[in-house]
Amino acid sequence: MNPLARLIEAALFASARPLTVEELATLDPQAGAAAVRGALTELRDAFATGDHGVELIEIAQGWQFLTRRDYAEAIDRAQFALRPRRLSPAALETLAIIAYRQPVGRLEVDEIRGVDSGAVIEKLGERGLVEIVSRGEGLGRPLLYGTTPQFLEILGLKDLDELPRLEELSVALRPPAPAEPE
Amino acid sequence: MSAPTNPVTQDSAGFVVELEQFSGPLDLLLHLIREDEVDITDLPIAKIADQFLAVISELGLNQAADYLEMAARLLRIKAQMLLPRRLGDDEWEDPRAELVRRLLEYQQIRELVEWLGAAAARRAEQFGRGYSPEPPAPPPAPLVIDLNDLLAAAERVIALIPEPVLHRVVPRPLDVEGATERIEALLAERAAFGWGDVVGARPSIVDVLSAFIALLELAKRGSLHVHQEGPFAPIEIRRESPRAAH
Repeated sequence: MNPLARLIEAALFASARPLTVEELATLDPQAGAAAVRGALTELRDAFATGDHGVELIEIAQGWQFLTRRDYAEAIDRAQFALRPRRLSPAALETLAIIAYRQPVGRLEVDEIRGVDSGAVIEKLGERGLVEIVSRGEGLGRPLLYGTTPQFLEILGLKDLDELPRLEELSVALRPPAPAEPE
Repeated sequence: MSAPTNPVTQDSAGFVVELEQFSGPLDLLLHLIREDEVDITDLPIAKIADQFLAVISELGLNQAADYLEMAARLLRIKAQMLLPRRLGDDEWEDPRAELVRRLLEYQQIRELVEWLGAAAARRAEQFGRGYSPEPPAPPPAPLVIDLNDLLAAAERVIALIPEPVLHRVVPRPLDVEGATERIEALLAERAAFGWGDVVGARPSIVDVLSAFIALLELAKRGSLHVHQEGPFAPIEIRRESPRAAH
């Protein structure tokens, strides 16, 4: 394995969160982004083909070592690590709306869900899954929310493009049904 | 798409509606539409409105404003559908259109919820390095006392009771009026005095309770000011005249 790959392996081991290519490139001023990407691929293949309990995953716009799925139950049972708390349906609804409509204000979320979502948004903010990204135009310049890298991380997504496209859903959002006087 | 497990809500404190299995009025409406197997774009509004009202009264959701708002909306649409319209009126707009649009939109969100839930569950099968569990919600600030304080306080209370009355049930109504008069007399006499002055040296439990209620009542009325340095510290009673002091 090339020295840069080994250095990156060490850095990823030391970090508790995914590291981006740009962050990893700061490890070695001589190495450019392309070299880092090459080293990451080499590292991923080495862990994929060798006998390892962890694998290198591209996640949340970065890279991270994660334990293999096969060991989840044993690790969980031994309580060496805790699975994150499951999100409530209300939280997932709100996350879905914010993910697809971002930047989006609270009123729009309320409107789509049909219920007041202020408390849910606040909780999602506390968990670091959404954040205020800007302020909207109009009355009171409402706060607009967007998703965070943490959101991608808990879903295991590389980036927002990995979310299903709306057209792929069985219920595509159609324009208002045309009025049909019988 | 993977089979959605109906996600059990674990973290729903404060979400009344959540506890009732539906995450909102739109969710409930979709549930009814699915049960009736009716076409969402040609909603039998009268039927759905009646069912909606029946469910929210049955589930005791009357307190939820969001549900009531939807109920009102449904009834309005139901009424609008009954209005006569001229034959061949091109201007006629289906009063259900807006609701149907919202329902379709919401249905899409529900589908995304299943997708997101499945993705999160799959991600939860892998652990990263240094995963630290989310900090538990801080408990409400406790009363800071130690065991000795508590025991000493209990002992003081027990010592004040002449004899424990355990099995005899004796009708001894609290004499709050008497205690109030006693405290008012003390107030007239002195600007400040202590709890001991109110109840005397060896009060009965009834005396203690009467005096305490009288004290709280007078404090509420603003006739006096009750002060205690810390837990179990002596209670000091003062005439309520803070403005005169300035």
